[in-house]
Amino acid sequence: MSDNAVDGDEVTHIADLARIDLDEAEVERFTEQFGEILSAFEALDEVPETDRDAELTNVMRPDKVRECLSQDEALQNAPDSEAGQFKGPKVS
Amino acid sequence: MTDYNAYIATDTIEGAEGGPLAGKTVAVKDNISTKGVQTTCGSAMLEGYVPPYDATVIKRLKDAGATIPGKTNMDEFGMGTTTETSAYGAVENPAARGRVPGGSSGGSAAVVAAGDADYALGSDTGGSVRCPAAFCGVVGIKPTYGLVSRYGLVAYANSLEQIGPLAPTVEEAAELLEVIAGPDERDGTTRDAREHGTDYDFADAADGDVEGLSIGVPTELLDGADERVVETFWDAIDELESRGASYHEVDLPSVEHAVEAYYVIAMSEASSNLARFDGVRYGQSGGEGNWNESFAKARDEGFGEEVKRRVLLGTYALSAGYHDKYYKKAQDARAWVKQDFDEALSGADVLASPTMPVPPMKRGESLDDPLTMYLADANTTPVNLANLPAISVPAGETDDGLPVGLQLVGPAFGEKTIIRAGSALA
Repeated sequence: MSDNAVDGDEVTHIADLARIDLDEAEVERFTEQFGEILSAFEALDEVPETDRDAELTNVMRPDKVRECLSQDEALQNAPDSEAGQFKGPKVS
Repeated sequence: MTDYNAYIATDTIEGAEGGPLAGKTVAVKDNISTKGVQTTCGSAMLEGYVPPYDATVIKRLKDAGATIPGKTNMDEFGMGTTTETSAYGAVENPAARGRVPGGSSGGSAAVVAAGDADYALGSDTGGSVRCPAAFCGVVGIKPTYGLVSRYGLVAYANSLEQIGPLAPTVEEAAELLEVIAGPDERDGTTRDAREHGTDYDFADAADGDVEGLSIGVPTELLDGADERVVETFWDAIDELESRGASYHEVDLPSVEHAVEAYYVIAMSEASSNLARFDGVRYGQSGGEGNWNESFAKARDEGFGEEVKRRVLLGTYALSAGYHDKYYKKAQDARAWVKQDFDEALSGADVLASPTMPVPPMKRGESLDDPLTMYLADANTTPVNLANLPAISVPAGETDDGLPVGLQLVGPAFGEKTIIRAGSALA
């Protein structure tokens, strides 16, 4: 097991950042598994710094109006909507 | 119809009259958007989700006259190597009962192996077409990054994934690839193969002619593989040799780190991509209340364990203080893997390895040990990191009757080379 193994509080913190509720059993299981998985990832420390001279180019296109989804189509999968808009939970 | 649980739904979509795929059926992985037909990604999150538009590959299938007999089962959001993480149940392997079909496109491989569909589409982020092809004894192609449009493919890790064909033979897989390949203005990462020294006549390349073909065998991808797999692999190489090909060993030191780099990059991209599932515009709602609580509830209830694991690990790898340690090093590894492949392919036409280092696992034995499952992707993930094309063709069976796949990797846009080489075997 790695020295850097995460503890339960860290798993809970990460889950909070990722907006995923976890129950206690999941926190316990993930804490153990993450220790093992992250220590396998430590092998990346041996990777030499490598030039990333990929021939990357920006791909542009004119920003033209074209056919797109109708409002009804865009809303058809929303659990809740109101007056043609998505309806989400309260912000605060 | 299939008793392998290979389909999530069997709504039929009819294509145009006539065309190269008229009268043929093409089953489609359930992470590819089909207008008016439920697309779940194997997740409870998207149960009942009906896309209002077709993916570009679906439009091309319809235009080619294909009939889509249903949407195939898969690991949830493509995250798995066994098709056991689906919210719609695990898939049986028709070629090896009691074993997993491989993943994540396990349903697509299973329907082809069982003869329930003529062809199928899968998606390959780290081996998800090639692994199930190998485990079910069929052919699967992971195209060069940019050959096939990803428009309408529900994203898991954009920089790695491609949609690819599965079929009983190399020639048929090549036929399907011809239909789906080509640039698309709706996917800015697509490129025109004709501007890269080739064309789209893939099926013609399936002539089985390997006279003079030079095969590089990366020793690192044989180390640690199951003995039965290695034996079957060498039998297939012998067969190619007897038909005029030659092989030599090559070193790819970077691939020792590829699987870790792959998982760091894929999980990081997944943590960002799957942030869209908040239960507001689509997907399972988290109900009333404070938005953070509502989102967290939707994502707890909608996502299965493997998806949570990857989203959390990706969030961790990108979080303050860890980005340089994991994500940056993984990008270095990716560049290194690319260089290694370029070098090896400057002295060989194709690189060959077993597709999977192990034969299909028994069902139910992998889920409790995620790390072991990740490591099974050691031979397929480097190819995605390097953006290269690869094919898995049946190499034969182990003495106990389990299918083994041979992976052939080619240079960028070298689809015709790997198709020609693979067609000597299947």
